[in-house]
Amino acid sequence: MTTPSERPNRPALSLHVPEPSTRPGDEPDFSSLVIPAAGEARRPDPAAEPRETHELAYSLVRVLDDEGRAVGPWDPKLDPDTLRRILRDMMMVRVYDDRMYRAQRQGKTSFYMKSTGEEAVAVAAAHALDRDDMCFPTYRQQGLLVARDYPLVDMMCQVYSNRRDPLKGRQLPVMYASPEHGFFSISGNLATQVPQAVGWAMASAIKGDSRIAAAWIGDGSTAEGDFHSAVTFAGVYRAPVILNVVNNQWAISSFSGIAGGELTTFAARAVGYGIAGLRVDGNDPLAVYAATTWAADRARSNLGPTLIEMFTYRVEGHSTSDDPSQYRPKTAGSKWPLGDPVERLRRHLVGLGEWDEGRHAALVETLEAEVRAAQRAAEKSGTLVTSTIDFPQEVATMFEDVFEEMPWHLREQQAQMIAELEAKRK
Amino acid sequence: MTAMNMIQAINSAHAVMMERDSNVVAMGEDVGYFGGVFRVTEGLQKKFGASRCFDTPISENGIIAAAIGMAAYGLRPVAEIQFADYIYPAFDQLVSEAGRMRYRTAAMWNLPLTVRSPYGGGIFGGQTHSQSPESLFAHVAGIKTVIPSNPYDAKGLLISAIEDNDPVIFFEPKRIYNGPFDGHFDRPVTPWAKHPKAEVPEGHYSVPLGKAAVVREGSELTIVAYGTMVWVTLATVEALGVDAEVIDLRSIVPVDIEAIEQSVRKTGRCVVVHEATRTGGFGAELSALVQERCFYHLEAPVQRATGFDTPYPHSLEWAYFPGPVRIGTAIKKALED
Repeated sequence: MTTPSERPNRPALSLHVPEPSTRPGDEPDFSSLVIPAAGEARRPDPAAEPRETHELAYSLVRVLDDEGRAVGPWDPKLDPDTLRRILRDMMMVRVYDDRMYRAQRQGKTSFYMKSTGEEAVAVAAAHALDRDDMCFPTYRQQGLLVARDYPLVDMMCQVYSNRRDPLKGRQLPVMYASPEHGFFSISGNLATQVPQAVGWAMASAIKGDSRIAAAWIGDGSTAEGDFHSAVTFAGVYRAPVILNVVNNQWAISSFSGIAGGELTTFAARAVGYGIAGLRVDGNDPLAVYAATTWAADRARSNLGPTLIEMFTYRVEGHSTSDDPSQYRPKTAGSKWPLGDPVERLRRHLVGLGEWDEGRHAALVETLEAEVRAAQRAAEKSGTLVTSTIDFPQEVATMFEDVFEEMPWHLREQQAQMIAELEAKRK
Repeated sequence: MTAMNMIQAINSAHAVMMERDSNVVAMGEDVGYFGGVFRVTEGLQKKFGASRCFDTPISENGIIAAAIGMAAYGLRPVAEIQFADYIYPAFDQLVSEAGRMRYRTAAMWNLPLTVRSPYGGGIFGGQTHSQSPESLFAHVAGIKTVIPSNPYDAKGLLISAIEDNDPVIFFEPKRIYNGPFDGHFDRPVTPWAKHPKAEVPEGHYSVPLGKAAVVREGSELTIVAYGTMVWVTLATVEALGVDAEVIDLRSIVPVDIEAIEQSVRKTGRCVVVHEATRTGGFGAELSALVQERCFYHLEAPVQRATGFDTPYPHSLEWAYFPGPVRIGTAIKKALED
């Protein structure tokens, strides 16, 4: 062992704090990204050993090329009706997001989160899954609900926390839940849903069911211990689950390097756990569809979980409370080299002769009218009330559903609150 | 009726429920083939198969999260956390997820989940095998916390917990797994075998959650305790020859306020006893409830006999433990004035 006096010439240690390539005022620069050509990635048999997928954890599954053609072994060869439905759902999410974002700015609700640029990650996956597979989403997969025909009015009533809110005003806007639509309750405590999805999938296997689970998590929250628990349990029990890591490059203001994205890919997490892993162009709806189908086939055949990194970009701010121009170049979203999922699918359909500018413009108009009509209907039941004590929900409901039956201490507190409000009204 | 110790009674509750309901599954570290480090799940894997009773990775966070997912699916998982001291990695899943799922989904989902965990000291377990974290869970909305003190209640309460449609934390006082404890560490332990509370029916029965038991009727003062401390209290009361009414809470959330109020109104004096650290402990809540509701019946301040606000020590365990001297002092103070 050396003593301090014997090592005077050693360099001082220094801490590496990752920094993104560009900051506000810089030109966005994505030149360091290695983007393999569409069609290049191999497609193993869904029954392959996990290790046979591991090179794909460092590659990128892409189907749509720069001209909008579907190429290579991952082309899911979808019929034009399905393609048009995926396009329609992604466009609906965008129109809905714009409308709700504006509603927040107009003071009709407290908070909103858009999924601009990431619509394919939810919509195309939903179409690849069975309708009764259970999804454990984050707050940015509203596309799952749209793809599963959850009523827009109910979504809006949740965002408004109004009288018709299916969650009785108890959750922050966008934290939807619907058992009938296989959409699990969203938590603001990140990553908690991922090991829960694994548990749900284990239960499905215990009962000899055929349904599988799918979870979504952001690149940033893969740093949570829950993610490690989830992948460990998924691998150990070969749980029928798809674990999607939506790498949208940003966790509020922290770039993916702060979550370990400088060191390796997020798909490569699969390698260490010995499960199947794929890295997918998340802005390519056909690639998302194909990878989800592949992983679902595997899960349904008792071959275990797949970790899929959906490589995408968060075009807008984290939420209505965020201003991304404070920490990244303003035009970064529009310069993302993998383009925009809506535009890429539109171009593909036009190339197939199954779509045209006229139909596209007409669809935008129809969707906008649909969203406007839903908004009018939702607002009939009110918007978020912040300035009066004429609450949209019966105040007594605050104490319901803490337990199945209300214990004495909650009954007492309920009576106290009702008395407080009566005193205030006098 | 069979004489059972607490381990056998808790094992029997599992077996009865797993037999009756194919949705009941048992899981945890060493719980499967081996049957648990305290042998609580012994024989269950052999009887019900590995998919209904299985070992888990050493990940309390993962155990509880997976159990939540299973409960959301419709199972009734019974998850063991090997020692209550290990429960903290699962704290977020219990507090932010299990406790709130019914509420945040407006009852679209409920979680019929039971988390069992041996707790408490008196076994030379040092700071990582001796803690009593019940007040941390009592503070959380949406979780019930249950602590049995004898084999009969252990089985009946665990069956109620498994049948309950909300998450229940079930802390097992491991010091009294094999026999009641009088607080004198230097005396031999009497096994449960000849104790009336060890007469346990082999089949299904339940003890309701949220209901206390008056384990000794008396007129001079009320002593509220749970778990191991019920027995230490009873032994202390007998030794001092005071006519105390001793209440075994059995559930701390919901707490049986009627039983407490009724007794304190009768006796006018109250001591609360627990092994956990003092500050912010459940005794603080009990003292507050008693003074809020029984102030004009009280003849003296409510006394607390508890563990000290230090980590649980190893060699100084019997100086830390709230034994007969500490409880006796609290009783004498409560009887003054």
